[in-house]
Amino acid sequence: MSDNIVEVKDLRVHFTLKGSLVQDAAGRRKKIVKAVDGVSFEIKQGEILSLVGESGSGKTTTGKAILGLVPFEAEKMLFRGEKINIKEKEYKRKFRQAAQMIYQDPYQSLNPRNQVIDIVTEPLVVNKLVESEEERLELGKEALERAGLTPGEDFFFRYPYELSGGQRQRVVIASSMIMGPSFVVADEPVSMLDASIRTGILKLMMDLRRENDLAYLFITHDLSLAWLISDRIAIMYLGKIMEMGDSEIIISSGKHPYTKALTDIMPKPGIKKEGPRKVLQGETPDPTEVIEGCKFCSRCPIKEEICSREEPPMKEVEPGHFVACHKV
Amino acid sequence: MSSAKSMMRKRKLKEFAGSIRRNKMAMTGTIILSIFILVAIFGPIIVPFSTLDFGDAEDMMQPPSSEHLLGTDDMGRDVLANLMSGARISLLCGFLATIISMVIGTIIGIASGYFGKAIDNVLMRFTDFFLVIPWLPLMMVLAAILGTSIWNIIFVIGITSWAGTARVVRAQTLSVKERQFVERTVSIGAGNIHIMIRHVLPNVFPLIFANTVLIAAVAITSETTLSFLGLGDTTRASWGMMLHYAFESGAASSGAWWYYLPPGLCVVLVVLSFALMGYAFDEIMNPKLKER
Repeated sequence: MSDNIVEVKDLRVHFTLKGSLVQDAAGRRKKIVKAVDGVSFEIKQGEILSLVGESGSGKTTTGKAILGLVPFEAEKMLFRGEKINIKEKEYKRKFRQAAQMIYQDPYQSLNPRNQVIDIVTEPLVVNKLVESEEERLELGKEALERAGLTPGEDFFFRYPYELSGGQRQRVVIASSMIMGPSFVVADEPVSMLDASIRTGILKLMMDLRRENDLAYLFITHDLSLAWLISDRIAIMYLGKIMEMGDSEIIISSGKHPYTKALTDIMPKPGIKKEGPRKVLQGETPDPTEVIEGCKFCSRCPIKEEICSREEPPMKEVEPGHFVACHKV
Repeated sequence: MSSAKSMMRKRKLKEFAGSIRRNKMAMTGTIILSIFILVAIFGPIIVPFSTLDFGDAEDMMQPPSSEHLLGTDDMGRDVLANLMSGARISLLCGFLATIISMVIGTIIGIASGYFGKAIDNVLMRFTDFFLVIPWLPLMMVLAAILGTSIWNIIFVIGITSWAGTARVVRAQTLSVKERQFVERTVSIGAGNIHIMIRHVLPNVFPLIFANTVLIAAVAITSETTLSFLGLGDTTRASWGMMLHYAFESGAASSGAWWYYLPPGLCVVLVVLSFALMGYAFDEIMNPKLKER
C-alpha cells in the first residue's frame, strides 16, 4: 500500500445552471459551470497540501468533492488506497470518522441554537461512539481543552453567539478533531478571523497535526500563508491545477506564468524587489464559457498560437514538480 | 453541571417572559387567556350547579338573578355553569386540534423542504389541496361521517388546518438547510433524521410556535361553528352548543340576551387573546418585524 492518504485522479465537478422555464422551452443550451475540471493530486500521510487560487477557481469545491459533499465524477478517488464510496453505508460511516472538514466562516458553520458541548460531541453522538452522558462530557471537555478552550466545562453550555470568532473556530476544530481523523480539509480556516487570532488558530492546527499525524488539504487564497505552512502547493485556476510542487520550489522558481504572476506580487520579507511589479491584466473569464485550449490563455502574457487551440497536459519538469503549460 | 443547563433555560425563559411583559399586545392576550384557563379549570368546581341540573317549568328562560347569576336557559339550566364547562370544551378543543395541526404541518413542511424534488412536489400538491378546498364544508362532511363526538371534532379541525403551517415551515426549512452548519453536520456523518430534528427543527420552531397560536384561534372558531351548525358533541356543553340551543329556542327573538350573549362574547375574547398573542410572538421571535 502506498503512503498516500488521498489520491485523486481527473476529478470533475460540473454544475448545471437552470435557466428560466421559457429559456428551457426555447431549447437554449443549458449552461454548465465546470467548477472543477480534471484535477489530479495526492496527499501523503501527515502532509499539508495547499490549494491556492482566486475566488471561483474551484478550490473549495475540490475539497468538498473529496468529502463527498458535492456530486462529482472522477477517474480515481482513493482514501487510504480504497475507493471513496459514500453510497455504501458501512464505508460512509468509517470515512466520515476519518475525514473531516473545517469551514471558513465560524459564524455560519455553528448552529446558533445548539450549545457548545452538543456541537463538539455531535460527531460522537451521530456515530454512536459514546455510551454514557459522563463519557460524552468527559470527551467533550478533553476536545475543547485540546483546542485551547480551557477550562472546558466553562464553555459547555454557552451558545455560539456568546463566543468570539476565534473561539468559535476553536469549537469547530474541537468538533472536527474529536473522532481523531487522519485527513482534514481546511477551507480557508483563518480568512474570516482577525490577524491577531490567526496565528493562534494556525498554531493549534499545526500542533494537532504533529500529535495525530494528520494530513491537511489546506484551501486558501493567501499564497504567503500557503508557503508558510504547507509542504506542497497546488495552484488552481478555473477548475484546473496549473502548477504543483514543493512549496519552496513553487514560490522561488515557479514555472507557470500564472504562478509567476502570483509570486511576483507576493510580499516577501527581506527580499528587495528590483523593477516594477508585473500585475496580471484582465479578469477571470465567465466560468460558464467554454474555453478552448489553455484556461489561462486569455490573460497569459506569453501565450502563443497553440495555447488557444490545445489544452496543455501536466508535465513533470522535475521530480514532484508539475506544470501545465506549453511553454515550459 | 446540569444546574448550569437549567440555569441557562431559566435565563432564556426569563428573557422571553420579559419581552412578553414589555409587549402590550402579548400582555393583554396572556391575561385574558389566563383568566379563561383558570375559569375552565376551577369554574365548574365553584359554581353550585351542574350542566345537567334541569330546572322545573318556572325556572326556564329566567333572566339573571341572585340565584342564577347569568339566568337560565330554555331547559332551566344555569347559564353560568354551562358557560364555564363550555370553556373547558372550547379550550381543550383549541389546544388539542392545534397540536394535531402543528405536528402534521411541521412534519410535512420539514420533510418537503428538506428532501425537495419529488417528495416536495407530492407533499406540496397535497398541501395545496388542503389549502384551497373550502374548509368548512370539508369539516362538515368529515364531522357528519365520523359522528359528533368531541374527539372527532378535534381530529377534524386538526387535519384540516395544518396546510398553512406546512407552507411556512417548508419555506423556512429551505433556507435553513442551505446554511453551512447543516453541511457541516453532513460531513461528520449525521443522517437526515438527525439533521431534521437537531438542526432544522430548532431553527424553524419559533416560527411554528407563533403560527400555532394563531391556529388555536382558528380551531376554537371552527369548533364553535361546527357546534352551532349542529355538528357538535351534543353530550357536552360547549359555547358553540349553547349558541346552537339558544338559536333553536329562539332566544334572540324573545330577548333572552343572557342566553346567547355570554357564549358569543367568550368566543370573541378567547379568539382575540390568541390572535393578540400570536401577532406579538411573531414580533418577538422575528426580529425583522420589530421595527414596524
